[in-house]
Amino acid sequence: METAVFVVSALIVLAGGLGVVSSRNPVHSALSLIATLFGIAVLFLNLGAELLAVVQVIVYTGAIVVLILFVMMLLGVDREEDLDTEPLVGQRFLAGLIGLLFLGAILAIIIVGKEAIITGSRSVTSAISPTVSNVTQIGTELFTTYVFPLEITAGLLTIAVVGAVVLSRRPRDLEPIPEPESMTDMGDEALTTVPEEGAH
Amino acid sequence: MGSNLPLAYLMLSAILFVIGGVGVLIRRNPLVMIMCVELMLNAVNLSFVTFGKTLDDISGQIIVFFVMVVAAAEVVVGLALIVAMARRRPGATADDLRTLRG
Repeated sequence: METAVFVVSALIVLAGGLGVVSSRNPVHSALSLIATLFGIAVLFLNLGAELLAVVQVIVYTGAIVVLILFVMMLLGVDREEDLDTEPLVGQRFLAGLIGLLFLGAILAIIIVGKEAIITGSRSVTSAISPTVSNVTQIGTELFTTYVFPLEITAGLLTIAVVGAVVLSRRPRDLEPIPEPESMTDMGDEALTTVPEEGAH
Repeated sequence: MGSNLPLAYLMLSAILFVIGGVGVLIRRNPLVMIMCVELMLNAVNLSFVTFGKTLDDISGQIIVFFVMVVAAAEVVVGLALIVAMARRRPGATADDLRTLRG
């Protein structure tokens, strides 16, 4: 049963991954990404990581992909791309070669080494408990052993939000949005200059 | 087959990582590149959980939790950069990211 779930999810994950890379339309890439992330959520469930499976669906497919799709629609880049021409000659060949070499190396290690590649000793202090639920155990660990990384993560998220606001703010040298005419324009002179090219 | 399932997970993770990496290298649309980075991050997450399950350790899942948070922050900043860039130049590709330089 576990193997069957793995095979089906793995096919979904791989098909989605190939779809992300090869779709001409970025929106199709995003939809393929949802398939991949969902397949990985199922694999998490298969591995007994229930909380991560739920977080994967909520955070990744629910928030991150929707954010990417939103930016796509905002920028209007949901057009077909021309993938036939290759702007840098040999780029795809080299990229494929590097990818194949890397993949071959990893797969060779896994196939040759078999179980021996999973090094490390079994956990003593933070073993996966058969009785305590997954959510309880992760929560306990997060707020005891990993409380400092958790706080740093909070700081990182704050920095990211501030950074996003600063980055996507209009630059100061662009023209401000004119105020409504009825409040400022008394008919004497223009209070605001007409926005010129570049202030869209 | 049942005992080799962790190895199959690791192989799937490796394949997905390489797909994402090749995507970052060959695609020119910055949004698609961000999605390919997400693929790579998810591949690594999968191997973390696999190792955690094999070694019977909950820390693998906790690291994945942190990776997810960092990925969310990365996407937020990356998309803000893309929006700021596309406002000056619609239809920007990855080449236009050189406007970031000073």
